Amino acid sequence: MQLILGVTALLICLAATSCKGRTKGDGAKEKDENISADEQTMEQIKSAEKVFNALPTPLEVAQLIKEAGAKFDATLLNPVENKSNYTTSKSMALNLGIYVCDLSFASMYDETSLLVNYMESAEDMATGLGIIDAIDETTIEKLEQNINNRDVIMEIVSETFLNSQAYLEDDEQHAVAATIIAGGFIEGLYISTHMVDMKNFKGNKLVGTIADQKMSVDDLIRLLETYNDNTAIQELLGPIRELKTIFDKVERSTTPSATKYDDKTGVTEITGAALSEIKQDTFLAIKEKVGEIRNVYVK
Amino acid sequence: MKQLIQILLVTVLLSVITSGETNAQCKGFAKSLCKKELGAYLHDGNYHAAVLVEGEEAELYKTFYSDLEYRVAICAADGLPPVEFTVLDATGKMLYSNKESEMSGVWDFKLEASQQLKIIVKVTTFGTRNELPASGCVAIMFGFKTK
Repeated sequence: MQLILGVTALLICLAATSCKGRTKGDGAKEKDENISADEQTMEQIKSAEKVFNALPTPLEVAQLIKEAGAKFDATLLNPVENKSNYTTSKSMALNLGIYVCDLSFASMYDETSLLVNYMESAEDMATGLGIIDAIDETTIEKLEQNINNRDVIMEIVSETFLNSQAYLEDDEQHAVAATIIAGGFIEGLYISTHMVDMKNFKGNKLVGTIADQKMSVDDLIRLLETYNDNTAIQELLGPIRELKTIFDKVERSTTPSATKYDDKTGVTEITGAALSEIKQDTFLAIKEKVGEIRNVYVK
Repeated sequence: MKQLIQILLVTVLLSVITSGETNAQCKGFAKSLCKKELGAYLHDGNYHAAVLVEGEEAELYKTFYSDLEYRVAICAADGLPPVEFTVLDATGKMLYSNKESEMSGVWDFKLEASQQLKIIVKVTTFGTRNELPASGCVAIMFGFKTK
């Protein structure tokens, strides 16, 4: 009898873990006994709908900053010597995101001398988290062999981030995956806010890109709130909500969207103007808060 | 009683094995098959894949930036019915539906101004009754053009 109870408990546990992803309609639903089995099945399918919140990845942020014309500054990256300081799962996850972000910047700006060291630091973080095959010796060798080929390098960086995320998501370690994303996002915001030349604040394209991150901060909070039962995520959420409060001062006005298809290129343009207004004191408050959050984790 | 216990144990083991295999297949599927659909666009590194069943929907929210040119690729495993996907702006206005492009799995776009878009992916149904619904991996991937 005890064995049956044990097996039943195990089955319940399995059922619970298989439903771990964020779903719509998580709340209790009253069942209508009059509806058919087919309708009930459809209700269950609907309630299990999946929701993803995607943030700009380190590569995307690096590309945006480069597009804005900012110059590379190696002093803004997290020194690789710091890697031995990260011993907890939370600090390793955050710094995996941070090092992949630094790696993305270095690759986007052809800073080849930094690539191997930053990839090795990311590898150490991934190994510490038990992420198998995300980054290994083959990755480092491929990087070294293609050190002057930016396309291959960026492909390797993209694959590194994908492998880490995929391994953790498939292993049901969603909170760790979200922490890595948060680390990468904060690092991107730290680097970009520190790259702005305050003498050229008005009309600065990079400032506009940073103001647009207001929407991504909302995305980040939604992503982290999905795993609110995780202590590391709870600790992250507090300061990121404070950051959101500052970003809320960025005023954004939009006009309705429309689409315009280009036959020649096969690309659709989504038209509709948007204007993000950010005041200098708001920008400085964002810069300070991001630095404060980041510096707690890179020590 | 002994038989019941054996059946329960086999069920549990099968559930564990199948779940692990499905996840591993989803990761492999996204990496090896779906990523190819991005073509010359650089994959951003994000991973969004899940096992969906006939009739099931998934939603994705992402902010896209005006300086980049994007490709979204939606891929479904063999054995699944066609997958519909629609793109909506923050007001809920539909900007694209692949039903108007013969259920194409890719869409290339750029934006005049940065904005958050919602992508809804829906696995259609074969419409067959009294059969277990088909299920399989569906992946959503994004790429952008580098200069």
